[in-house]
Amino acid sequence: MDSQHQPLETLQDIKRMMERSSRFISLSGWSGISAGICALMGAWAAYLRLKGFLVYHSGRTHQGIYAEESASYNLFIDLMIIAAITFAAALISAFFFTYIRTRRNGVPMWDRTVQRLAWNTILPMAVGGIVILRALELGYYEMVAPGCLIFYGLALVNASKYTLGEVRYLGYGQIILGILNLWIINEGLYFWAAGFGILHIVYGAVMWWKYER
Amino acid sequence: MKNPIENLNKIFDSRIRLGVMSILMVNEEVSFNDLKQMMEVTDGNLASHIVNLEENGFIKVHKGFIGRKTNTTYSITKAGEKAFKEHIEALENMIKGVR
Repeated sequence: MDSQHQPLETLQDIKRMMERSSRFISLSGWSGISAGICALMGAWAAYLRLKGFLVYHSGRTHQGIYAEESASYNLFIDLMIIAAITFAAALISAFFFTYIRTRRNGVPMWDRTVQRLAWNTILPMAVGGIVILRALELGYYEMVAPGCLIFYGLALVNASKYTLGEVRYLGYGQIILGILNLWIINEGLYFWAAGFGILHIVYGAVMWWKYER
Repeated sequence: MKNPIENLNKIFDSRIRLGVMSILMVNEEVSFNDLKQMMEVTDGNLASHIVNLEENGFIKVHKGFIGRKTNTTYSITKAGEKAFKEHIEALENMIKGVR
């Protein structure tokens, strides 16, 4: 019996070594779920802030131009702060769950596979960040949500080569939402919440179901 | 009948050599420390297997430095790739033959 199973084991060994050396496979499904929840909370906070702004301004039509400008400047700063907090919370929680999983699997958190994954995700995201900053500077606020979704989606598709292959489908989802959002403007917040919130939660839940249960 | 294991390569009998070859198949260049980390073996053990693979012309060694620390990396040769693929094929045929 043993002599029959040995070649099979050897092949599995080979496969495991190839996987383990080229892909970071300890990405936790909980990371996706927690990032999604952070995104939904961030979107909710932004929605409340925007609604407050609109209600306040529709009630007072005789405001001076100066007051108008400073109010929208405040709105802009508040939205940026909400975005920064959301991003930081999502990143930290995602990192936390993945850290726990690497601990349990007994694999190093910072080896070559992680470095490669990090670089291949950060590069497209950083480029997207610059594009979005420039769009903000030019006042193309409608481009922010689709820009985030599209560049994030491209980063995920790129990253999928270096981690769980399913990340690719999450990326496709983000790209599709981003492109739709390019034509359905002024609904950016909803698209943003759907992409970063709901898609993440769905993806995280599926990954957890598949690999961690 | 053909002997099902005639294509198996004796050199890949060791788990460590097999591991080194599988890692190098999918990575362009891997350092000694990364190999060590991925296979959880000791320096001496890994080094002796690597020397063996090198002498057979299956892997290439690149000696380099990061600052003053040596940084030796390894990559697979054409011959190594061919030998390894034949070995895997032989294993597969063997399993198919059993079923």
